[in-house]
Amino acid sequence: MKAETPPRSWAADIYRAFKKLGVAQVAYVPDAGHTQLILDCRADEATNAVSLTSEQEGVAMLAGAWLGGQRGALLMQSSGAGNCINMLSLAQECRFPLLMLVTMRGEWGEFNPWQIAMGQSTRKVLENAGCIVQRADRAGEIGEVVFAAGQMAFSTSRPVAVLIGQRVIGFKDWSK
Amino acid sequence: MPNEKKGTLDRREVVKAILEKRGDALVVTGLGSSCYDAGVHDHPNTFYLWGAMGAAAMVGLGLALAQPSRRVVVITGDGEMLMGLGALATIGARKPDNLSIVIMDNELYAETGMQPTHTARGVSLSGMAKAANFAVAETVFTDEDLEAGIAALYEAPGPVLLDVKVSGKRYPMSIRLRDGAHIKNRFRENLLGQKAFD
Repeated sequence: MKAETPPRSWAADIYRAFKKLGVAQVAYVPDAGHTQLILDCRADEATNAVSLTSEQEGVAMLAGAWLGGQRGALLMQSSGAGNCINMLSLAQECRFPLLMLVTMRGEWGEFNPWQIAMGQSTRKVLENAGCIVQRADRAGEIGEVVFAAGQMAFSTSRPVAVLIGQRVIGFKDWSK
Repeated sequence: MPNEKKGTLDRREVVKAILEKRGDALVVTGLGSSCYDAGVHDHPNTFYLWGAMGAAAMVGLGLALAQPSRRVVVITGDGEMLMGLGALATIGARKPDNLSIVIMDNELYAETGMQPTHTARGVSLSGMAKAANFAVAETVFTDEDLEAGIAALYEAPGPVLLDVKVSGKRYPMSIRLRDGAHIKNRFRENLLGQKAFD
Protein backbone atom coordinates (compact mmCIF):
# COMPACT_ATOMS: atom_id res chain seq x y z
CA MET A 1 0.00 0.00 0.00
CA LYS A 2 1.30 3.44 -0.92
CA ALA A 3 1.38 5.95 1.89
CA GLU A 4 -0.93 8.86 1.25
CA THR A 5 0.24 12.40 1.81
CA PRO A 6 -2.14 13.82 4.41
CA PRO A 7 -4.09 16.95 3.44
CA ARG A 8 -2.30 20.14 4.48
CA SER A 9 -5.02 22.12 6.21
CA TRP A 10 -2.34 23.15 8.68
CA ALA A 11 -0.92 25.49 6.06
CA ALA A 12 -4.04 27.64 6.55
CA ASP A 13 -3.56 27.40 10.33
CA ILE A 14 -0.01 28.78 9.97
CA TYR A 15 -1.26 31.57 7.72
CA ARG A 16 -3.87 32.52 10.35
CA ALA A 17 -1.16 32.46 13.04
CA PHE A 18 0.93 34.81 10.86
CA LYS A 19 -1.97 37.25 10.56
CA LYS A 20 -2.59 37.14 14.32
CA LEU A 21 1.10 37.75 15.00
CA GLY A 22 1.25 40.61 12.50
CA VAL A 23 3.82 38.94 10.25
CA ALA A 24 4.37 41.31 7.30
CA GLN A 25 7.45 39.80 5.62
CA VAL A 26 7.79 36.13 4.72
CA ALA A 27 11.16 34.99 3.35
CA TYR A 28 11.46 31.49 1.97
CA VAL A 29 13.43 28.91 0.13
CA PRO A 30 10.72 26.69 -1.35
CA ASP A 31 9.95 23.33 0.19
CA ALA A 32 7.18 20.94 -0.83
CA GLY A 33 5.89 21.02 2.75
CA HIS A 34 5.35 24.79 2.52
CA THR A 35 3.80 24.87 -0.98
CA GLN A 36 0.32 26.02 0.06
CA LEU A 37 1.60 28.48 2.68
CA ILE A 38 3.90 30.13 0.13
CA LEU A 39 0.98 30.48 -2.31
CA ASP A 40 -1.20 32.00 0.43
CA CYS A 41 1.52 34.49 1.44
CA ARG A 42 2.23 35.49 -2.16
CA ALA A 43 -1.47 36.07 -2.82
CA ASP A 44 -1.75 38.39 0.22
CA GLU A 45 -1.05 42.00 -0.72
CA ALA A 46 -0.34 42.90 2.90
CA THR A 47 2.53 40.39 3.03
CA ASN A 48 5.92 40.91 1.42
CA ALA A 49 6.77 37.37 0.32
CA VAL A 50 10.39 37.15 -0.81
CA SER A 51 11.96 34.14 -2.50
CA LEU A 52 15.61 33.64 -1.47
CA THR A 53 18.57 31.97 -3.12
CA SER A 54 19.79 30.65 0.26
CA GLU A 55 18.23 30.47 3.71
CA GLN A 56 20.88 32.65 5.35
CA GLU A 57 19.64 35.60 3.31
CA GLY A 58 16.37 35.34 5.20
CA VAL A 59 18.05 35.66 8.61
CA ALA A 60 19.61 38.95 7.46
CA MET A 61 16.48 40.17 5.68
CA LEU A 62 14.26 39.68 8.71
CA ALA A 63 16.78 41.52 10.89
CA GLY A 64 16.29 44.43 8.48
CA ALA A 65 12.52 44.02 8.69
CA TRP A 66 12.66 44.29 12.48
CA LEU A 67 14.92 47.34 12.29
CA GLY A 68 12.20 48.92 10.16
CA GLY A 69 9.38 47.96 12.51
CA GLN A 70 8.00 44.87 10.76
CA ARG A 71 7.71 41.28 11.89
CA GLY A 72 8.72 38.43 9.63
CA ALA A 73 8.94 34.67 9.31
CA LEU A 74 11.49 32.47 7.53
CA LEU A 75 10.38 29.24 5.85
CA MET A 76 12.81 26.48 4.97
CA GLN A 77 13.43 22.78 4.76
CA SER A 78 15.71 21.15 7.34
CA SER A 79 18.55 21.04 4.81
CA GLY A 80 18.57 24.86 4.93
CA ALA A 81 19.25 25.11 8.66
CA GLY A 82 22.95 24.46 8.16
CA ASN A 83 23.18 27.32 5.67
CA CYS A 84 22.14 29.75 8.42
CA ILE A 85 24.72 29.04 11.12
CA ASN A 86 27.07 32.03 10.92
CA MET A 87 24.25 34.39 9.97
CA LEU A 88 22.43 33.44 13.16
CA SER A 89 25.20 35.28 15.03
CA LEU A 90 23.37 38.41 13.88
CA ALA A 91 20.21 37.37 15.74
CA GLN A 92 22.14 36.30 18.81
CA GLU A 93 24.44 39.31 19.15
CA CYS A 94 21.76 41.90 18.37
CA ARG A 95 18.86 40.08 20.08
CA PHE A 96 16.80 40.14 16.89
CA PRO A 97 13.54 38.22 17.07
CA LEU A 98 13.40 35.53 14.39
CA LEU A 99 10.58 33.06 13.70
CA MET A 100 11.79 30.12 11.61
CA LEU A 101 9.51 27.34 10.34
CA VAL A 102 11.46 24.28 9.33
CA THR A 103 9.80 21.40 7.50
CA MET A 104 11.72 18.26 8.35
CA ARG A 105 13.33 15.70 6.10
CA GLY A 106 15.59 12.86 7.07
CA GLU A 107 13.72 11.78 10.19
CA TRP A 108 10.62 9.69 9.31
CA GLY A 109 10.44 7.16 6.49
CA GLU A 110 13.07 9.09 4.56
CA PHE A 111 13.99 7.42 1.26
CA ASN A 112 16.83 9.76 0.24
CA PRO A 113 20.03 9.04 2.20
CA TRP A 114 21.40 12.52 1.40
CA GLN A 115 18.72 14.08 3.61
CA ILE A 116 19.78 12.19 6.76
CA ALA A 117 22.87 14.20 7.72
CA MET A 118 21.13 17.57 7.98
CA GLY A 119 17.75 16.20 9.09
CA GLN A 120 19.33 14.40 12.06
CA SER A 121 21.41 17.41 13.08
CA THR A 122 18.89 20.23 12.53
CA ARG A 123 17.92 20.61 16.19
CA LYS A 124 21.51 20.39 17.45
CA VAL A 125 22.79 22.87 14.87
CA LEU A 126 20.07 25.42 15.59
CA GLU A 127 20.41 25.08 19.35
CA ASN A 128 24.18 25.48 19.14
CA ALA A 129 23.64 28.63 17.08
CA GLY A 130 21.51 30.11 19.87
CA CYS A 131 17.97 29.28 18.69
CA ILE A 132 15.15 28.06 20.89
CA VAL A 133 13.82 24.96 19.12
CA GLN A 134 10.26 23.69 19.37
CA ARG A 135 8.41 20.94 17.51
CA ALA A 136 5.02 20.28 16.01
CA ASP A 137 4.32 16.63 15.32
CA ARG A 138 0.55 16.55 14.87
CA ALA A 139 -1.28 18.41 12.12
CA GLY A 140 -3.84 19.79 14.57
CA GLU A 141 -1.26 21.51 16.79
CA ILE A 142 0.87 23.25 14.14
CA GLY A 143 -1.02 26.56 14.06
CA GLU A 144 -0.96 26.82 17.85
CA VAL A 145 2.74 25.93 18.11
CA VAL A 146 3.63 28.53 15.45
CA PHE A 147 1.63 31.22 17.21
CA ALA A 148 3.21 30.42 20.58
CA ALA A 149 6.71 30.39 19.05
CA GLY A 150 6.04 33.69 17.30
CA GLN A 151 4.84 35.35 20.47
CA MET A 152 7.97 34.20 22.26
CA ALA A 153 10.25 35.33 19.44
CA PHE A 154 8.74 38.80 19.07
CA SER A 155 8.05 39.47 22.75
CA THR A 156 11.40 38.30 24.08
CA SER A 157 13.55 39.24 21.04
CA ARG A 158 15.04 35.83 20.37
CA PRO A 159 15.32 33.37 17.50
CA VAL A 160 12.75 30.57 17.80
CA ALA A 161 12.56 27.69 15.32
CA VAL A 162 9.57 25.39 14.91
CA LEU A 163 10.44 22.01 13.43
CA ILE A 164 7.44 20.56 11.61
CA GLY A 165 7.85 16.78 11.75
CA GLN A 166 8.23 14.76 8.58
CA ARG A 167 5.54 12.44 9.92
CA VAL A 168 3.00 15.25 9.57
CA ILE A 169 4.24 16.31 6.15
CA GLY A 170 4.15 12.78 4.78
CA PHE A 171 6.88 10.80 3.09
CA LYS A 172 7.47 9.34 -0.31
CA ASP A 173 6.81 5.62 -0.47
CA TRP A 174 9.93 4.13 -2.05
CA SER A 175 8.65 0.50 -2.26
CA LYS A 176 8.25 -0.98 -5.73
CA MET B 1 44.59 38.52 -14.84
CA PRO B 2 44.90 41.58 -12.60
CA ASN B 3 42.82 44.60 -13.58
CA GLU B 4 44.68 47.26 -15.55
CA LYS B 5 42.76 50.16 -14.07
CA LYS B 6 43.21 50.63 -10.32
CA GLY B 7 41.02 52.52 -7.87
CA THR B 8 42.42 55.84 -6.66
CA LEU B 9 39.51 57.36 -4.73
CA ASP B 10 39.96 57.78 -0.97
CA ARG B 11 37.40 55.65 0.89
CA ARG B 12 36.97 58.08 3.78
CA GLU B 13 36.36 60.95 1.36
CA VAL B 14 33.84 58.88 -0.60
CA VAL B 15 31.86 57.86 2.49
CA LYS B 16 31.94 61.44 3.77
CA ALA B 17 30.53 62.69 0.46
CA ILE B 18 27.78 60.06 0.55
CA LEU B 19 26.79 60.64 4.17
CA GLU B 20 26.77 64.43 3.86
CA LYS B 21 23.76 64.03 1.58
CA ARG B 22 21.96 61.40 3.65
CA GLY B 23 18.99 63.51 4.70
CA ASP B 24 16.52 61.07 6.30
CA ALA B 25 18.01 58.01 4.59
CA LEU B 26 18.56 54.86 6.63
CA VAL B 27 22.07 53.39 6.40
CA VAL B 28 23.33 49.83 6.90
CA THR B 29 27.07 49.13 6.87
CA GLY B 30 28.93 45.90 6.27
CA LEU B 31 31.63 44.75 8.67
CA GLY B 32 35.21 46.00 8.71
CA SER B 33 36.42 49.12 6.97
CA SER B 34 32.95 50.18 5.74
CA CYS B 35 31.74 50.17 9.34
CA TYR B 36 34.71 52.31 10.43
CA ASP B 37 34.33 54.70 7.48
CA ALA B 38 30.68 55.35 8.34
CA GLY B 39 31.49 55.43 12.05
CA VAL B 40 33.43 58.67 11.56
CA HIS B 41 30.01 60.24 10.87
CA ASP B 42 28.02 58.33 13.49
CA HIS B 43 24.24 58.73 13.33
CA PRO B 44 21.41 56.85 15.05
CA ASN B 45 19.92 56.11 11.59
CA THR B 46 22.97 53.96 10.86
CA PHE B 47 22.97 50.25 11.67
CA TYR B 48 26.52 48.88 11.86
CA LEU B 49 27.35 45.24 11.22
CA TRP B 50 30.51 44.07 13.01
CA GLY B 51 30.13 40.48 11.81
CA ALA B 52 27.67 38.24 9.92
CA MET B 53 29.72 38.69 6.75
CA GLY B 54 27.48 38.67 3.69
CA ALA B 55 24.45 40.10 5.54
CA ALA B 56 24.55 43.78 4.61
CA ALA B 57 22.58 43.81 1.34
CA MET B 58 19.84 41.57 2.73
CA VAL B 59 19.50 43.58 5.95
CA GLY B 60 19.03 46.50 3.56
CA LEU B 61 16.30 44.67 1.64
CA GLY B 62 14.26 43.83 4.76
CA LEU B 63 14.59 47.41 5.97
CA ALA B 64 13.65 48.84 2.56
CA LEU B 65 10.51 46.69 2.41
CA ALA B 66 9.54 47.71 5.95
CA GLN B 67 10.14 51.44 5.27
CA PRO B 68 9.02 52.00 1.66
CA SER B 69 8.91 55.79 2.01
CA ARG B 70 12.56 56.04 3.10
CA ARG B 71 15.71 55.54 1.05
CA VAL B 72 17.90 52.74 2.40
CA VAL B 73 21.62 52.91 1.61
CA VAL B 74 23.88 49.92 2.24
CA ILE B 75 27.61 50.74 2.45
CA THR B 76 29.77 47.66 2.33
CA GLY B 77 33.01 46.19 0.99
CA ASP B 78 33.77 44.03 -2.03
CA GLY B 79 34.68 41.03 0.14
CA GLU B 80 31.46 41.34 2.13
CA MET B 81 29.34 41.62 -1.03
CA LEU B 82 31.10 38.66 -2.65
CA MET B 83 30.19 36.50 0.36
CA GLY B 84 26.50 37.21 -0.19
CA LEU B 85 26.25 37.33 -3.98
CA GLY B 86 22.91 35.53 -3.97
CA ALA B 87 21.47 38.70 -2.47
CA LEU B 88 21.99 40.48 -5.80
CA ALA B 89 19.66 37.97 -7.47
CA THR B 90 17.12 38.13 -4.64
CA ILE B 91 17.10 41.94 -4.69
CA GLY B 92 17.01 42.08 -8.50
CA ALA B 93 14.01 39.75 -8.53
CA ARG B 94 12.17 41.74 -5.83
CA LYS B 95 13.20 45.14 -7.26
CA PRO B 96 12.74 47.48 -4.26
CA ASP B 97 12.79 51.02 -5.67
CA ASN B 98 14.13 52.54 -2.42
CA LEU B 99 17.24 50.39 -1.95
CA SER B 100 20.77 51.43 -2.93
CA ILE B 101 24.03 49.54 -2.36
CA VAL B 102 27.47 51.16 -2.41
CA ILE B 103 30.50 48.90 -2.57
CA MET B 104 33.73 50.41 -1.27
CA ASP B 105 35.77 48.27 -3.65
CA ASN B 106 39.50 48.23 -2.79
CA GLU B 107 39.83 44.78 -4.40
CA LEU B 108 41.27 43.57 -1.08
CA TYR B 109 40.38 41.74 2.09
CA ALA B 110 41.85 44.56 4.17
CA GLU B 111 40.97 43.16 7.61
CA THR B 112 42.68 39.84 7.07
CA GLY B 113 46.00 40.84 5.53
CA MET B 114 45.28 42.60 2.24
CA GLN B 115 44.68 39.50 0.13
CA PRO B 116 43.16 40.27 -3.31
CA THR B 117 39.44 39.61 -3.78
CA HIS B 118 37.90 38.38 -7.03
CA THR B 119 37.24 41.98 -8.07
CA ALA B 120 41.05 42.35 -8.43
CA ARG B 121 40.92 39.53 -10.97
CA GLY B 122 38.39 40.71 -13.48
CA VAL B 123 35.09 40.08 -11.66
CA SER B 124 32.72 43.05 -11.89
CA LEU B 125 30.15 43.57 -9.15
CA SER B 126 28.29 46.21 -11.17
CA GLY B 127 28.22 43.79 -14.10
CA MET B 128 26.67 41.18 -11.83
CA ALA B 129 24.12 43.67 -10.52
CA LYS B 130 23.23 44.65 -14.09
CA ALA B 131 22.73 41.01 -14.99
CA ALA B 132 20.59 40.68 -11.84
CA ASN B 133 18.17 43.30 -13.17
CA PHE B 134 19.21 46.26 -10.99
CA ALA B 135 17.76 49.55 -12.29
CA VAL B 136 21.14 51.30 -11.98
CA ALA B 137 24.52 49.56 -11.73
CA GLU B 138 27.73 51.51 -12.30
CA THR B 139 31.44 51.28 -11.58
CA VAL B 140 32.87 54.56 -10.29
CA PHE B 141 36.52 55.57 -10.81
CA THR B 142 36.47 59.39 -10.68
CA ASP B 143 35.07 62.25 -8.60
CA GLU B 144 32.77 63.16 -11.51
CA ASP B 145 31.36 59.62 -11.68
CA LEU B 146 30.96 59.70 -7.91
CA GLU B 147 28.93 62.88 -7.95
CA ALA B 148 26.51 61.45 -10.51
CA GLY B 149 26.48 58.18 -8.59
CA ILE B 150 25.58 59.84 -5.30
CA ALA B 151 22.65 61.59 -6.97
CA ALA B 152 21.45 58.19 -8.25
CA LEU B 153 21.88 56.64 -4.79
CA TYR B 154 19.34 58.98 -3.27
CA GLU B 155 17.08 59.84 -6.19
CA ALA B 156 17.03 57.19 -8.93
CA PRO B 157 14.39 54.48 -8.71
CA GLY B 158 16.22 51.43 -7.35
CA PRO B 159 17.62 49.03 -6.87
CA VAL B 160 20.87 50.95 -7.39
CA LEU B 161 24.38 49.53 -7.06
CA LEU B 162 27.53 51.66 -7.18
CA ASP B 163 30.83 49.83 -7.26
CA VAL B 164 33.25 52.56 -6.13
CA LYS B 165 36.87 51.74 -6.88
CA VAL B 166 38.90 53.05 -3.93
CA SER B 167 42.60 52.82 -3.14
CA GLY B 168 44.00 50.21 -0.76
CA LYS B 169 44.79 52.83 1.88
CA ARG B 170 43.96 51.61 5.39
CA TYR B 171 42.54 53.76 8.13
CA PRO B 172 42.27 53.05 11.85
CA MET B 173 39.01 51.99 13.46
CA SER B 174 36.78 54.91 14.30
CA ILE B 175 33.61 54.08 16.15
CA ARG B 176 33.87 51.96 19.30
CA LEU B 177 30.12 51.26 19.46
CA ARG B 178 29.98 47.54 18.82
CA ASP B 179 27.35 46.00 21.11
CA GLY B 180 24.85 44.64 18.59
CA ALA B 181 21.77 44.84 20.80
CA HIS B 182 22.58 48.46 21.61
CA ILE B 183 23.12 49.41 17.96
CA LYS B 184 19.80 47.76 17.05
CA ASN B 185 17.84 49.33 19.91
CA ARG B 186 19.27 52.80 19.24
CA PHE B 187 18.31 52.54 15.57
CA ARG B 188 14.78 51.32 16.27
CA GLU B 189 14.06 53.81 19.01
CA ASN B 190 15.19 56.69 16.81
CA LEU B 191 13.19 55.47 13.80
CA LEU B 192 10.07 54.10 15.45
CA GLY B 193 9.74 56.03 18.72
CA GLN B 194 7.44 54.33 21.24
CA LYS B 195 6.47 51.72 18.63
CA ALA B 196 9.95 50.26 19.08
CA PHE B 197 8.75 48.74 22.36
CA ASP B 198 5.54 47.11 21.08
